Amino acid sequence: MINPAVIELRAVTAGYDGVPAVEGVSLVIPRGSLVAVFGPNGGGKTTLLKVIAGLLRPWRGDVEVLGVPPGKAAHRIAYVPQAELVDWSFPVSVRDVAMMGRYPALGVLRQPGFEDRAVVAAALERVGMTSNATTQIGRLSGGQRRRAFLARAIAAEADLYLLDEPVTGVDVPTQEDLMDLLATEAQAGRTVVATTHDLAAASRHFDRVVGVNRQLQADGPVSLLNDADVLARTYGGHLLVIGERGVLLDDAHHHDSASGREQHYHPGNRA
Amino acid sequence: MNPLDAVLDPLAFPFFVRALVAAMVVGVVCAVVGSFMVLRGLAFMGDALSHSAFPGVVAAYLLNGPFYLGAAIAAVGTALAIGWVTRNGRLRGDTAIGVLFAGMFALGIFLFSRIPNYVGDLFGFLFGEILGIGPDDLVALTVLAVLVLAAVALLWKQLLYATFDPLGAASAGLPVGKLDYLFLGLIALTIVVSLQAVGIILVVAMLVTPAAIGQLVASDFRRLVAVAVVVGTCSPVAGLYLSYWLDSAAGATIVLVETALFALVLVTRRRGAPSYET
Repeated sequence: MINPAVIELRAVTAGYDGVPAVEGVSLVIPRGSLVAVFGPNGGGKTTLLKVIAGLLRPWRGDVEVLGVPPGKAAHRIAYVPQAELVDWSFPVSVRDVAMMGRYPALGVLRQPGFEDRAVVAAALERVGMTSNATTQIGRLSGGQRRRAFLARAIAAEADLYLLDEPVTGVDVPTQEDLMDLLATEAQAGRTVVATTHDLAAASRHFDRVVGVNRQLQADGPVSLLNDADVLARTYGGHLLVIGERGVLLDDAHHHDSASGREQHYHPGNRA
Repeated sequence: MNPLDAVLDPLAFPFFVRALVAAMVVGVVCAVVGSFMVLRGLAFMGDALSHSAFPGVVAAYLLNGPFYLGAAIAAVGTALAIGWVTRNGRLRGDTAIGVLFAGMFALGIFLFSRIPNYVGDLFGFLFGEILGIGPDDLVALTVLAVLVLAAVALLWKQLLYATFDPLGAASAGLPVGKLDYLFLGLIALTIVVSLQAVGIILVVAMLVTPAAIGQLVASDFRRLVAVAVVVGTCSPVAGLYLSYWLDSAAGATIVLVETALFALVLVTRRRGAPSYET
């Protein structure tokens, strides 16, 4: 097989406290894919990512990640949590964060050695954070914070990157930089799965989109994002279709400080 | 009295020397464990576990057993119970802590009130009796402290990763759940080590205050721990001498020295203000 499946979900149902967040999701993601998982808040994007990462055991269905049950190939997986789940006042530097990528393979007794330092230095170079290596993470900009965590994923030499909202709250030029980095990783044979609620970013930078709103609503090329039916299905009542081409996406983000913020989406205007 | 004599005089008393050594051992282990504790947001947990040790101490007294064992069983048991209730009981951590900590402390007072004849030395466990530490006690608490420090040193990387980013650490294969339980156990043992020195009520200060000072001045975890260890080792020495000179309660004086240091650092260093360092 040229492109063996890295992720295989069959009729997966999972949730929290007896309430399902995703139901009956089947999905096959081949090696080298650059996949955006989109959908409304509370639609199960993060849940899906956690099932793949082995952080959440599904109630029903089968999961295979890198050819084995989830959690069995953990050292080949790099998971980057949502930025707002990270304690940015934590006393670690950019290099410390990247070095954590090496910890699981080092085990209990070994300390980071010359090779680990070299790999970390190369990862920092890759993401353009060499000059900020000793900066405490709270002093970084939003984009630099993502770069620090991306450096950790690269330093871990993982085969599967699972990124929760990697471009949320990052300005567009930085988004481009980060996505270029991820595209290069995918070309090198690594698989990237990222959740996003930024449809414009998803259609610009990814080569495949997966829409979830409890159930799988869409799975295919980014051109699906031009399809008002697909968007209406995925976003349910949050979506207003105006005329032929205009779509108003009312997706008030639960962690936005401004209440009732609207995001406008115009498929026709996209580059 | 000249200053040198003021420092040297108390060293003539073996109990004072033992107290000094014990206080420094307690200071080091509390500072190291406390540094991870404050970053995990477990300051309240420290308070809860120390109170939970009380029924173990009383039970050990009633059964004529070693108090270390009673305190360890009660504190570690409560630590594991809090961890379990939080994970499986749909309750917030602080709710689980509140229920179990008050319940255990009440059990201790209940048992205590059933003791036919009042015993003075149990009062010592509530507020500390560092000057009453015997040679055997000193050996026992040092051994326990070394065990706790060895465990932290061995699992330093894993604890740090799991504290900073539990999701990232778990998906990379670290046993985050087990590390959580283990760390609660280490807090419990640290409290057992510290009970005689500063008592149930004040041990939380030994855990939290040096680490808090470290957090104020350091932007790097190793430095944070280093600062906490220096504070945790020096303030008991200062506190013991102060209590000797002022004839005040030793445990309380040690804690007050740390609190004063914290206040001093807080006002002299305004964190978050624009600074020249980058």
